[in-house]
Amino acid sequence: MNNLLNILSQIPDPEIPVIDIVELGIVREAKVTGENTCEVIITPTYSACPAMFTIEEDIIKIMKENGWDAKVVTKMFPIWTTDWLTDEAREKLRAYGITPPEKGADEHYIGKPKKCPRCGSEHTKQISRFGSTLCKASYQCLDCLEPFDYFKCH
Amino acid sequence: MSALFNYLLKLADDSFIMGQRLSEWCGEGPYLEEDIALTNVALDELGQANNFYQYASRVADNGKSEDDLAFLRYEHEYVNAHWTELPNEDYAQTILKVYVFSVYQKLMYEALSNSADEELSAIAQKSLKEVKYHYTHTSSWMKIFARGTEESRQRLINAIENIWEYTKGLFAKVEGEDDLIALNIAPNIEGLYNEFVDITEKDFQDFGLEYPKNPFMQPKSRTGYHTEYFGYILCELQYMQRAYPGCTW
Repeated sequence: MNNLLNILSQIPDPEIPVIDIVELGIVREAKVTGENTCEVIITPTYSACPAMFTIEEDIIKIMKENGWDAKVVTKMFPIWTTDWLTDEAREKLRAYGITPPEKGADEHYIGKPKKCPRCGSEHTKQISRFGSTLCKASYQCLDCLEPFDYFKCH
Repeated sequence: MSALFNYLLKLADDSFIMGQRLSEWCGEGPYLEEDIALTNVALDELGQANNFYQYASRVADNGKSEDDLAFLRYEHEYVNAHWTELPNEDYAQTILKVYVFSVYQKLMYEALSNSADEELSAIAQKSLKEVKYHYTHTSSWMKIFARGTEESRQRLINAIENIWEYTKGLFAKVEGEDDLIALNIAPNIEGLYNEFVDITEKDFQDFGLEYPKNPFMQPKSRTGYHTEYFGYILCELQYMQRAYPGCTW
């Protein structure tokens, strides 16, 4: 990881503060363009993810604090996918109470039963296909009865 | 204006008006989970519209921003299909609207993923993932209504009788579209319409519904002519920018 990415990885995702924007795959590239200028390329998770505005501001702010004048460029391609989430990030999500997405499931709506992030049971049911943010769906564990969020495959 | 600009407006206006209409359900959904579902779908549509407007603004390169395109055009300048501006009415009609629209968008975005225009292809690939999910959600509701109670079935049938004649308007072309088809930037829309009929006919069989065999289809979608509902949408949509020109958050 280069120095710029190290700085950027201090920025948490505004909706899910346990993971940072680098391990989430939002930051695609960061390159030095001048003596104290740099360019940060980001890609949106969903077309309408409202967190993108905050993320852009956060990037400019933290880079400034570290002496960089950052230009943020949004690129759509390659298309963001949950497959980019590292194993470490997946474990952080689970510990936070969000069931991480399966890897390589392109048809995200078909899937195995979702594991409860707390007791690990697969005896769970979907409450709602949609949840508190665009990237999540709502589930409930039928063993420990806890409701939980599932980070949808995308 | 260029053919590509017109075409981007068609994609943007469809999503924009659909999102605006759906957000009328915000806080009014039949129960909490559905309220969240519909507003999530509406948000996806607004996000897609934003991406298309941004691209259109760069293509036109005349100092007009994506917000100008969204909020400061007159009624006859919008090229959305009539389908998107029809009222939500009851939940059956709302679900029918989103179901049909998701089949249409799925076909469009699948085809546009292979567009010779790289940027258009990227936005389409991104949006495709989202509309697939809308399709899963609304087709399951179509089935529930069709096979639920006598009343739910009747309401869905009424909705189909009321508005099916507007479906073909989704497949209307805009000025210059044939040039884009020739350049492999846009897909052949007539071919997509045939696919649309095949998919919906098969789905209706699965839902247990009779497929509408109405030969009449409303003309003049995307020509600048709108249904009587459209002016009211714009009044609400554009109110802030008209009353306080240039206002920002």
